[in-house]
Amino acid sequence: MNDTGMTTTPADTTVLPGPETGYERPNYLNAAYGLRSWLLTRDHKRIAILYLISVTVFFAIGGLFALLIRLELLTPEGDMVQPDTYNRLFTMHGIVMVFFFLIPAIPAVLGNFLVPLMIGAKDLAFPKLNLASWYVYNVAGLFTLWSIAHGGVDTGWTFYTPFSTHYSNTYVISAALGIFISGFSSIFTGLNFIVTIHRMRAPGMTWFRLPLFIWSHYATSLIIVLGTPVVAVTILMVAAERVLHLGIFDPALGGDPVLFQHLFWFYSHPAVYIMILPAMGVVSELVAAFSRKPVFGYKVVAFASIGIAVLGFLVWGHHMFVAGESVYIATVFSVLSMLVAIPSAVKVFNWTATLYEGSVSYQTPMLYALGFIGLFTLGGLTGVMVATLGIDAHVHDTYFIVAHFHYIMVGGTIMGYMGGLHYWWPKITGKLYPAFLSRLAALLIFVGFNLTFFPQFILGYLGMPRRYWSYPPEFQVLNVLSTAGASILGVGYILPLFYFIWSMRYGKKSGDNPWGAVGLEWDTPSPPPTENFHTIPVVTHGPYEYNTKEVHDRTSPPEARVG
Amino acid sequence: MNPQLPLFPESASTLSPEVDALFIAWSAVSVFFTLLIACLILYFMVRYRRRSVDEVGLEEKSALWLEIAWSAIPLVIALAMFVWGTRVFFKLYRPPADAVEYYSVGKQWMWKFQHPDGHREINALHIPVGQPIKLKLTSEDVIHSFYVPAFRVKQDALPGRYTQVWFQATKPGTYHLFCAEYCGGEHSRMIGSIIVLEPRQYEEWLAGGPAGKSVVASGAELFNQLACQTCHVAAPNRPARGPALKGLFGSQVKIASGEMVIADDNYVRESILNPGTKLVAGYDPIMPTYQGQVSEEQLLQLISYIKSLAGDGGTQAPAEAPKP
Amino acid sequence: MIDTHGSGAPAAHDDHHHPRLQHHFDSLEQQKESSTLGMWLFLVTEIMFFGGLFTVYVIYRYAYPKVFAASSHHLDVLWGGINTAVLICSSLTMALSIYAAQINKRKLIVVFLIATILLGATFLGIKTVEYMDKIKHHLVPGFGLHFAPDDPHLQGANGQHAQLFFSLYFIMTGLHALHMIIGIGVLSVLAVLAWKGRYDSSYYNPLECTGLYWHFVDIVWIFLFPLLYLLGAHAR
Repeated sequence: MNDTGMTTTPADTTVLPGPETGYERPNYLNAAYGLRSWLLTRDHKRIAILYLISVTVFFAIGGLFALLIRLELLTPEGDMVQPDTYNRLFTMHGIVMVFFFLIPAIPAVLGNFLVPLMIGAKDLAFPKLNLASWYVYNVAGLFTLWSIAHGGVDTGWTFYTPFSTHYSNTYVISAALGIFISGFSSIFTGLNFIVTIHRMRAPGMTWFRLPLFIWSHYATSLIIVLGTPVVAVTILMVAAERVLHLGIFDPALGGDPVLFQHLFWFYSHPAVYIMILPAMGVVSELVAAFSRKPVFGYKVVAFASIGIAVLGFLVWGHHMFVAGESVYIATVFSVLSMLVAIPSAVKVFNWTATLYEGSVSYQTPMLYALGFIGLFTLGGLTGVMVATLGIDAHVHDTYFIVAHFHYIMVGGTIMGYMGGLHYWWPKITGKLYPAFLSRLAALLIFVGFNLTFFPQFILGYLGMPRRYWSYPPEFQVLNVLSTAGASILGVGYILPLFYFIWSMRYGKKSGDNPWGAVGLEWDTPSPPPTENFHTIPVVTHGPYEYNTKEVHDRTSPPEARVG
Repeated sequence: MNPQLPLFPESASTLSPEVDALFIAWSAVSVFFTLLIACLILYFMVRYRRRSVDEVGLEEKSALWLEIAWSAIPLVIALAMFVWGTRVFFKLYRPPADAVEYYSVGKQWMWKFQHPDGHREINALHIPVGQPIKLKLTSEDVIHSFYVPAFRVKQDALPGRYTQVWFQATKPGTYHLFCAEYCGGEHSRMIGSIIVLEPRQYEEWLAGGPAGKSVVASGAELFNQLACQTCHVAAPNRPARGPALKGLFGSQVKIASGEMVIADDNYVRESILNPGTKLVAGYDPIMPTYQGQVSEEQLLQLISYIKSLAGDGGTQAPAEAPKP
Repeated sequence: MIDTHGSGAPAAHDDHHHPRLQHHFDSLEQQKESSTLGMWLFLVTEIMFFGGLFTVYVIYRYAYPKVFAASSHHLDVLWGGINTAVLICSSLTMALSIYAAQINKRKLIVVFLIATILLGATFLGIKTVEYMDKIKHHLVPGFGLHFAPDDPHLQGANGQHAQLFFSLYFIMTGLHALHMIIGIGVLSVLAVLAWKGRYDSSYYNPLECTGLYWHFVDIVWIFLFPLLYLLGAHAR
């Protein structure tokens, strides 16, 4: 053990010939070849890549639906598709994006890859459960794809009753089953993370030495485990009602449609925190790595993640202010919603303060992190606005809400996901991607995103309701702007698909730590060996300790640095 | 392409300016904080940019006072927003006592309106300026939502229940009416207009069209057609077998389980459709159900009629008070 | 660290080479703690799952107390009571199978596992009898199954609310029965593995985890029984 306390030294990388000799060290990618070695793997890193492929496919499908929606909305009249088709487009866009992209992406791709590495473990606690979770995800996806192939569902991703139970003429049950099954996939992942973080940390890795990425994923997993089963049983009741003509949610048969909304939102509100907390974890890592200093207020940020998870369960009624609930209940949910905004605000301030006196570089991952902070701030503040009762009465179910949640989910989560992919790509593949193209893509995404969704705030306050296939002509200009933005955004998302794939074959070798970052995941070769660490590290200090001689020695040579 | 570029909706009700003030104030706060963070980030990016390949940042000790400050200040601001917003909301959803009641039934995919004097409209509602109007809403099928952007107010119309929204128009004109809760196929065409007229023009409009029976009168007619009076109104040779309805609406009623409920719209509706559910204490469960025999509009008419019995109009007093 | 509960432990395996130790764990202790924590977390998800149903039940029971009580009257308290006793016994036999492992009695493990399976099957058999009875009395709600109770309390306008009760009855007990079927399946696998000598005092964690699951399924029934069967029983 040297005087900085770290026993894992880059000696791992000097035992064998380095990348410059052309010799490829044994790593998890070349450990075995062939389809069986991938489809029956228990290696969390390979499972992460399997997930990467699956979520990318679903992101493309959901994105295609978005494109069609925005094309239809170029003109006020419905002239591209039938209204029923349009209703299926926005429903499938919502279902695919929420359940098959936003909820799994960061945890199942980045979380699966990095959680064991960051805590110094050989794998997750339940490797077979991890693989099962990917298969279950795909089975769920098949149900959803089957629904799409048979015309899609037209209930909205929110499945409000009694429309979804007794009036819709589409394949509601197969879509509902797809979501139900995807819930199991989600629960398996969350369960795995919680047990792993509790039980498999390396010696010396105390809770307050964990990277904030781990704290975020821990909080996310708590929400997954507590919330997902509620929506699962609710969907089951909807399916039962539809098949058996029961009346649990249908007033014509004695039930209460608003009860469905309570049960649905009890999960679906915490679900949005499942979507954002992992991205916040990524941003913490990026801000630390590209300022080369610890995140300011580490403990506060860690507790804020837990706070968001807990408070997130108390605010579901803010989706129902005008749904027929009493003004008193609405008041309670409004004030609780104000509370849940505070930990998020605190995180934003802490990240900004991290830049102060940092050594800040503008590589692509950092561009995404900074973009996240700006867009999430605006999205979050508009969230506080819509939690304000007097404002929500007007903007509920309008494009204002659509803009608000896209700022968080696209400007927030997807930026976090992209930033994480760009940061850990060298770790996952051992390759670098072209710096110019990656920055161009980030810029296109940022500009395209704002052009797409900022006009929607205006549209919403003007009164344009959501889920409208045709609209009054005076709303056209803003819709055209929005569609223009969407096309730029689309290009921005397609670019990484090309250069990432290109980099796997033709990209420059990255070296083990191209960013000169600190963290257990960077103390092992890129790509890592199957067992992650040749010797299990013993940890003696917190994360983000940049100010040590150790770090200066370890910073990669300039040639291996990304532009 | 339509060249209009409206950026702010028309303001046509008494409460629209209040909602706008709330919105503009908090948009300004949001924009301020977003710009603050953005400028700080940009400044730090430049000021602290990495100057050499191995440069690292300077770790500062975390400052608890700072954390508390930037938790407390947003909390105070958010709570102020909450208080202001709640006050506006209470105003938006508590109609004044002199509001006149109109009725609306939403169904896939149209809005049906009924004026108190009986006038019916579809997808359009003519109202006079300056009159507070409360709209009783329900749906015949799925959940819809009554939304008038110019009035800054919306309320879901639920099947099986009544909800309520009120507004007082301040400016004559024609304003969009939208359905704001996705309801299937033609949701985006379940739109219409609220036509606000000067009081005199409104009177002319009322007189011009075919006058129907007033809602209360329709209700009275139905009450007799459906033979409600045979149980609820005592006759000289026949005691009332059902509870008295005069003065019932709005009062507290003791039901068979011992609980006290308020006889509001939803209670009366439920009693007509599902009589055994909240049976008044002391009465036998002999009332038949009228489910399937009355439409939503007819229910609204019956309820209006029963409500009108709160005064000194109408029927004779029932023969006996409920047994204790 | 070698687990030597009870007497007559078989030839002790060095922990690092215990045949059941999975490669990504450092010790059998860590593996055991992880799988136990994992099972507890899974049970938390089950609590939330059934919790959603209980919530719906509570809301409608509060809204329609008389109809719910009248509907509950049609459930046979005797069968339900017997089933409750059967399940409690099965939890006992489950716990005893773990004890048998702790004292290294291989055949006894199998005996108690089979006893648990048989008791579980008894429960399911009685449930089948009850379901058949409901079908015979036209108390199964839903399209095409002709909900037509003879009981006047459940007819007419109250019929809908009675259907709510029976919908919840079938969904809740049906899901519970499904959990039992899965549990019996797992127990069967464990019984075969136990027969082959997989479990002894050094390693019986799968039995413990399955036991946790089984006890949970039992506890769900302990809540279901009074809520579904005993409503208004004091007034009869």
